[in-house]
Amino acid sequence: MQLPLGIEVPIPTFEQFVFIQVALLTAVAGLAVVISRNLFHSALALTLTFFGVAGVYVFLEAEFLAVSQVLVYVGAIAMLIAFAIMLTRSMMYGRTSPLNNQWGKSSLFAFLFFIGLLAFARATPWPAAGEEVVADEALIGALGREFVTTYVIAFEVLGLLLLLALVGAVMLARDR
Amino acid sequence: MASDYLPLLILILLAAGFGVIAIGLPTLLGPRERNNQKLEPYESGIIPFSDARRRFPVKYYLVAMLFLIFDIEVIFLYPWAAVLRDLRLFALVAMIPFFIVLVVGFLYEWKKGALDWD
Amino acid sequence: MVPLSWYLMLAAFLFSCGLYGALARRNAIAMLMGIELMLNAANINLVAFWRHGVGPMEDLTGQAFAVLIIGLAAAEAAVGLALIIAVYRERRTIDVDELDLLSG
Repeated sequence: MQLPLGIEVPIPTFEQFVFIQVALLTAVAGLAVVISRNLFHSALALTLTFFGVAGVYVFLEAEFLAVSQVLVYVGAIAMLIAFAIMLTRSMMYGRTSPLNNQWGKSSLFAFLFFIGLLAFARATPWPAAGEEVVADEALIGALGREFVTTYVIAFEVLGLLLLLALVGAVMLARDR
Repeated sequence: MASDYLPLLILILLAAGFGVIAIGLPTLLGPRERNNQKLEPYESGIIPFSDARRRFPVKYYLVAMLFLIFDIEVIFLYPWAAVLRDLRLFALVAMIPFFIVLVVGFLYEWKKGALDWD
Repeated sequence: MVPLSWYLMLAAFLFSCGLYGALARRNAIAMLMGIELMLNAANINLVAFWRHGVGPMEDLTGQAFAVLIIGLAAAEAAVGLALIIAVYRERRTIDVDELDLLSG
């Protein structure tokens, strides 16, 4: 495909075309999370971003992760954030700016960081797609095998961390 | 393959389209008449008796957090269950501490009375 | 196939958004949302490198780490939001500009 200024753009395949849609949705929702003035709108945009990331996992043929993403992030974490907003009544803010006084510096920093990452991602000669992946029970089974063999320590420590998080959060949030 | 998800994509598009049409057409075609009774929030016919934006009780948060912790447990149980038949005792032994630790957390929250509603 | 660099660019964008949100927002919950965005961006990178790495069927390191990070993010969100609720109960605000008891 030839663009006016003589720029050559390869015609995307159907899969790439759909990926562009999903990526755009995710990126726009992610941007809305940080620039929305209403905190509750931010939370809703965050939910949409989580959904978009689950879609990206589908493109990467990591079906189990896509389901986990929807189950944990969309089902639990987004709900927890919504509850926290309602508990602190901060969705009626609106009177002052949602940004603190270092927002100029942070936006510049984040932008430069983005440019740097982008240049890195484009300049490095990445390998083409890896081998064919057969995403079925075998893959999930292999993942389970990793958790009880190679990563068994990380797995048990995560259980301990969840216990500590539960106990700590109950202690902090409970009405006294 | 990602192309297996084409039916899902079509379903999402149809569902979104239905929502847009169902909300868009009445706003476009329907008559508009605003009065106080119409602008009240709809509560199944009951007249609203307080502001919806009051502070929620913190108990909702505690229950949601309990749900989150066991959500994570399910995420790990699923791949574990897929491999249990091959590894048998070894996988079972690896899961027991994880399980006990989370049950201890659940018992703690129960004992502390975070689950009592009143 | 979608090239690897596309995934990396999307992740870079999400990470930068999260970084900006965590640094520039005044509300503590909004800062937490920024952190969640960054964790998601890191997860996309991990899974993308797993898919394009050598032998994705044998070496599942990227996916295993991604699942662990999801669990970690859940614990972080639970404790972080509980802290915010506790602070709100004590100080009646979660504006981080006003929570300056420890700043000299």
